[in-house]
Amino acid sequence: MGRKSLGNIRRSFAPWADPAAIPQVRFESVTKRFGDITAVSDLTLSLYPGEFHALLGPSGCGKTTLMRMLAGFEAPDSGRILLDGQDLAGIPPHLRPTNMMFQSYALFPHMSVFDNIAFGLRQGGLAREAIAARVAEMLALVKLDGFAGRRPDQLSGGQKQRVALARALARQPKVLLLDEPLGALDKKLREETQYELMDLQAELGLTFLMVTHDQDEAMAMADRISVMERGRIAQVGAPEEIYEMPANRYVAEFVGDINIFEGIVASVEGEVIRIDSPAGLMVLDDPSPGLAPGQKASLALRPEKIDILTVEPDGPGNKAAGEIWDIGYLGDFTMVQVKLDGEAGQLVKVALPNRSRKTETPIAWDDRVWLSWDVEAGILLRG
Amino acid sequence: MNRLRAPHLLALVFGIAFLYLPILVLVLYSFNASRLVTVWGGFSTRWYASLLQNQALLDAAWLSLKLALVSASVATILGLLSALALARFGRFAGRTLFAGMIAAPLVMPEVITGLALLLLFVGIDAERGFWTVTIAHVTLTACFATIVIQARLAMLDRSLEEAAQDLGATPLRVFFAITLPMIAPAILAGWLLAFTLSLDDLVLASFTSGPGSTTLPMRIYSSVRLGVTPEINAASTLLIGLVATVVVLASLLIKRDALARP
Repeated sequence: MGRKSLGNIRRSFAPWADPAAIPQVRFESVTKRFGDITAVSDLTLSLYPGEFHALLGPSGCGKTTLMRMLAGFEAPDSGRILLDGQDLAGIPPHLRPTNMMFQSYALFPHMSVFDNIAFGLRQGGLAREAIAARVAEMLALVKLDGFAGRRPDQLSGGQKQRVALARALARQPKVLLLDEPLGALDKKLREETQYELMDLQAELGLTFLMVTHDQDEAMAMADRISVMERGRIAQVGAPEEIYEMPANRYVAEFVGDINIFEGIVASVEGEVIRIDSPAGLMVLDDPSPGLAPGQKASLALRPEKIDILTVEPDGPGNKAAGEIWDIGYLGDFTMVQVKLDGEAGQLVKVALPNRSRKTETPIAWDDRVWLSWDVEAGILLRG
Repeated sequence: MNRLRAPHLLALVFGIAFLYLPILVLVLYSFNASRLVTVWGGFSTRWYASLLQNQALLDAAWLSLKLALVSASVATILGLLSALALARFGRFAGRTLFAGMIAAPLVMPEVITGLALLLLFVGIDAERGFWTVTIAHVTLTACFATIVIQARLAMLDRSLEEAAQDLGATPLRVFFAITLPMIAPAILAGWLLAFTLSLDDLVLASFTSGPGSTTLPMRIYSSVRLGVTPEINAASTLLIGLVATVVVLASLLIKRDALARP
């Protein structure tokens, strides 16, 4: 069928694709252990100047440890961390040109907003007037003019977050570290703050490294995402690469909803691969060299890439019959679960966007339906 | 909050009476006009006035006050240092032993501590007096100060100190600009606690004091052996007032600090 629509992103900022680009931060084979637990395991990663990078993963995957090693709160057991070509080993946190916004904000409760923001500037031996001017500039930047005299306990959660941000930016760090920056905000405020942070980052042209467990946050804000799994990076890439071309099953399942059909490669003809799965024979286009018939492989399919039809589709695409098992109306789209025919009876999630306010062919539980998807829609996962 | 029911109220009244009735009687009789301790002769403050004429008692009070000030200050500094070691140095070798040794004076019978100190002072041929009692009181009260300060340190959000360090403050600056102001109420509470413990200690002082260094509790105790006079009641009432004020102050500090925390 080949739907043509807007939606893909053309990015002009992609220094990681340029072999001549010089990274600003480099983690080289970094390993960190806590007792028997390996928090970060032989990890290599480059961050480029002006990049907004997100470390995404479940708790305990090592993302926070990696960030804390850049800030200087933890020392790697082996490997090197370079910032602008300088090895950071042995440099204590207070001498590193990085600043961090803490998850709890860590505002000093016994100091006013002014003193909180001025704290870092006072360590630099700056003149009193210069400090006052810089604090005023920072307060304007985060839209908190007039709040200088307040105490942290007189601020709302969103205001605290802004003060923490202003405080971290005041010293003009080379890299700003953000530990779950939006974690403590409610949903509406989070969305607002998200775009503000992105604007701020673009305006300042700073390198941001963010730690988050929230995939929506990472997808919306970051130029590139490192999906982490047990101390290693499972995949690094732009959000759409992570989503549309996950490197493995872990990434595919961690980011977004996905249906996975396990099977065996039946045939490989050029880029056309057929996979024999309990749900039937599936065709997909994938230039994957070295794949031979008989190998185990899975086809992964995002819910929004599937159509539901009431009659059997014709054409070269994939199709499968089943009945409607569950319907979840979410407003912007409806998540339908279809139980496929056959012994396995696999449940398939289908996301139907609600683009019209009414439809002439409403669906109901137990309806017989056909699922249909393009040959380009599926993702080939090996093993 | 639950309303107090009759049985609960009764239990409360009995409990408080059990604890405080003797003290109440003592306070009341300090205002007794009669010389006879057990006979009520009307309200009077004459014993408070005669207290001011009793030079021996005044000397003892002044000594106790000096002793409490010095020993509480030394104990608080020691307590702060050991609390920092326990809360901040991670799992160093011998930490468990150190923590146990700190807590030991809490449960050690004072008689034993006193005897041990006496033997030590005799052994090293130290002249017994103000300083030996001070050392004895520091031994007892430093552990209380440690526990109060350590509890506050353990509750302190580490990211506050990390944030300060991240913003360019040296470890020493972090301590004076962040850690110390944050735990100041606990330090003061620890000091007040040490102060009151020293002020009303009898046992340790009896073992470690020498001629000319009789503390107020020692003076009161020795007077009582010759028969209770209303003057002693008055002195005790003043002592109770001072100790109670300081203890209430300390607990208010701890409570206000806990409420101020986010």
